[in-house]
Amino acid sequence: MALTKADMAERLFDEVGLNKREAKELVDLFFEEIRTSLEGGEPVKLSSFGNFDLRDKNERPGRNPKTGEEIPISARRVVTFRPGQKLKSRVEGYAGTPEQ
Amino acid sequence: MTKSELIDAIAGKQAHLAHKDVEVAVKTLLEHMSEALSNGRRIEIRGFGSFSLHYRPARVGRNPKTGEPVALPAKHVPHFKPGKQLRERVNGESSGS
Repeated sequence: MALTKADMAERLFDEVGLNKREAKELVDLFFEEIRTSLEGGEPVKLSSFGNFDLRDKNERPGRNPKTGEEIPISARRVVTFRPGQKLKSRVEGYAGTPEQ
Repeated sequence: MTKSELIDAIAGKQAHLAHKDVEVAVKTLLEHMSEALSNGRRIEIRGFGSFSLHYRPARVGRNPKTGEPVALPAKHVPHFKPGKQLRERVNGESSGS
């Protein structure tokens, strides 16, 4: 089963000794601070894990896949994740069938 | 923003926690996430996004210096798909949490 915020808070409770409320708040704040930085246009670089970068995309032609109608895809800013070397090499060796 | 700036930002908002505890907590979270992915486990964070593994089949690469072919084995790579709230906030469509 997928890893969730509840699992992450549980580990902070078990291993770091935060109480349940502190652990939950910390996990929420962790993701919220990353969102706030990206929202403000600043990329987030977490060494050993990876970088959350921002890319500005120009408007491009698109299609409604159901009707085939042509509609422009508006210019937008998107988040991309570039895994760090350490995470990449840890994941590379995984030989099973990952959870999709 | 770097990892240490992220730790400072969180510590600034959790004044009752020692800075050191926040530092250990953030490192523990990142290790937990890396560990899940290395075991082929997905990560799902609502409003933020999901991480999963994508498969890359084996291929023949080349040594860029010598042009010699090199067999590269199949592997998995981490993939992130931003969630709705993150997509909207980054794109200036300010959605609250």
